[in-house]
Amino acid sequence: MDWLSRNLPYLLAGISVGGQYALIAIGYTMVYGILRLINFAHGDIFMVAGLIMVYASASMPMYLSIPLVIVVTVLIGFLVERVAYKPLRQAPRMSVMISAIGVSYLLQNLALYITGGLAQQYPQIPWISDQVLVFGASTKRVTVITPFLTVVLVILLVLLIKKTKIGMAMRAASKDFETSQLMGIKINSVISMTFIIGSFLAAVGSLLFFSNYTSVTPTVGTLPGLKAFVAAVFGGIGSIPGALVGAFIIGICENLVMLLNQYVSFDISNFKDAFAFALLIIILFFKPTGLFGEKQTDKV
Amino acid sequence: MSNILEIKDLSVSYGGIKAVKGISFEVPKGEVVTLIGANGAGKSSTLRSIVGLVKPSGGSILLNGEEMAQKTPEQIVAKGITLVPEGRRVFADLTVLENLKVGAYLRKDDLSEDLAWCYDLFPRLKERHWQLAGTLSGGEQQMLAIARALMSRPEIIMMDEPSLGLAPIVVQGVFEIIRELNRQGKTILLVEQNANMALRTAHHAYVMEVGSITMTGTGKELSEDEAVKAAYLGKARN
Ligand SMILES: Nc1ncnc2c1ncn2[C@@H]1O[C@H](COP(=O)(O)OP(=O)(O)O)[C@@H](O)[C@H]1O
Ligand SMILES: [Mg+2]
Repeated sequence: MDWLSRNLPYLLAGISVGGQYALIAIGYTMVYGILRLINFAHGDIFMVAGLIMVYASASMPMYLSIPLVIVVTVLIGFLVERVAYKPLRQAPRMSVMISAIGVSYLLQNLALYITGGLAQQYPQIPWISDQVLVFGASTKRVTVITPFLTVVLVILLVLLIKKTKIGMAMRAASKDFETSQLMGIKINSVISMTFIIGSFLAAVGSLLFFSNYTSVTPTVGTLPGLKAFVAAVFGGIGSIPGALVGAFIIGICENLVMLLNQYVSFDISNFKDAFAFALLIIILFFKPTGLFGEKQTDKV
Repeated sequence: MSNILEIKDLSVSYGGIKAVKGISFEVPKGEVVTLIGANGAGKSSTLRSIVGLVKPSGGSILLNGEEMAQKTPEQIVAKGITLVPEGRRVFADLTVLENLKVGAYLRKDDLSEDLAWCYDLFPRLKERHWQLAGTLSGGEQQMLAIARALMSRPEIIMMDEPSLGLAPIVVQGVFEIIRELNRQGKTILLVEQNANMALRTAHHAYVMEVGSITMTGTGKELSEDEAVKAAYLGKARN
């Protein structure tokens, strides 16, 4: 029992942060799936969601702040696509990538300007920020909720993609824009839908993530964003189950590093972040398309 | 007889290169019209501009008298023009049934009647309706591409080289379907390199060479024309 209460928090934290990475990773993987674009601004959307919460909760009750965070984040994700990516639809992919990097810097600098560079205290969200006991280990309730909420959201998303008309259009468009247009599918609507879903999940992810990490800075999105991206590549970019599995593996493994750190005589906690990237290099060496990635078939 | 489709002075350019140089033709209701010509003649460019995938650089495209030339593909498809694209382009990781449903994407009414009709035309698709389209043979994929186009209930069906890359016996089947659709009153604009089969199937035919229409007549007239024989029917593949 002592052993359990000493180690369980690491495992719980791993599963929890894994779920949060997953919610961000899905945005990367879905956008890549349809536009073959690595949306470098996605981690910053996640950060912006955190800031919106900081400012919203200062002036209105929580039951209004939370929906507002989600709505505004979705709106920003939608606008980023319309303003920065849509005009480049016919341009080489590299141009769109550069535009994405530009949006990333823009959002970070806007955040810097608004916050004055000071870390902003993230509000306590009642209930989910409360402490609970799990097998004798004390943790925030958000740690326990995250994996379940993540799995439920992913199931809903998969149902949307597999069973609905817009989901069918998304699957068709992700393989062949031109033929999808011949079917009457509006490519731009499908792409917007993808950004809306991605931003929605990033907003939920940010609510959960920052409830654990207490403060928001303009660059706070970079590392979780990068790890979520690694998770998406690890799982096979373009694959939603892949992003989910990859994110949980990375979340759990980096916390296992912290767990091990208790038992070794020298400090390995600094390797926590490097670990995700080492894992990525290893998997890509053995399976270049990631765990669930499909082989790129040439379109004839 | 009324024309479903009227093309006037249609041009298509890619950068500075003119692929279609002001061609005119029409497709009367209930007929099969074919456009034959060598590789690179501009046949696909013609069809792709009619359906809006490339913007024509000039001319007009009238569907039942209504101008289509500056509309988007979604708008044009909604008006009733459909294209079975070159190389079939079925959605490989959607099932056969899903491919048919995507074909009817713009429709909001009940599809069961049309599905039954498609399955009647193509029994193979019924047997395999749950299978991923990518696992079908080339001939079956071509049937699926045609059936998918029919699901939108088009005014006119355009087909870009439906016989390309198929075994002779399968090609026979494709043309059999084209004739059957026509017997059921469908209007078809058929682009083919297989001039022999196309001329035998079509009411009207146009020969395209480097972006221009150089000859026209009934299918029978052109198939008996010495110049056409020499250029396109010499080593007929079927
Ligand atoms: N997307 C494109 N960009 C530039 N040139 C093109 C493009 N598509 C076709 N062409 C050129 O236009 C001409 C006509 O091509 P196409 O319409 O495909 O002919 P066909 O279908 O009769 O074989 C060819 O010279 C081809 O190289
Ligand atoms: Mg062609």
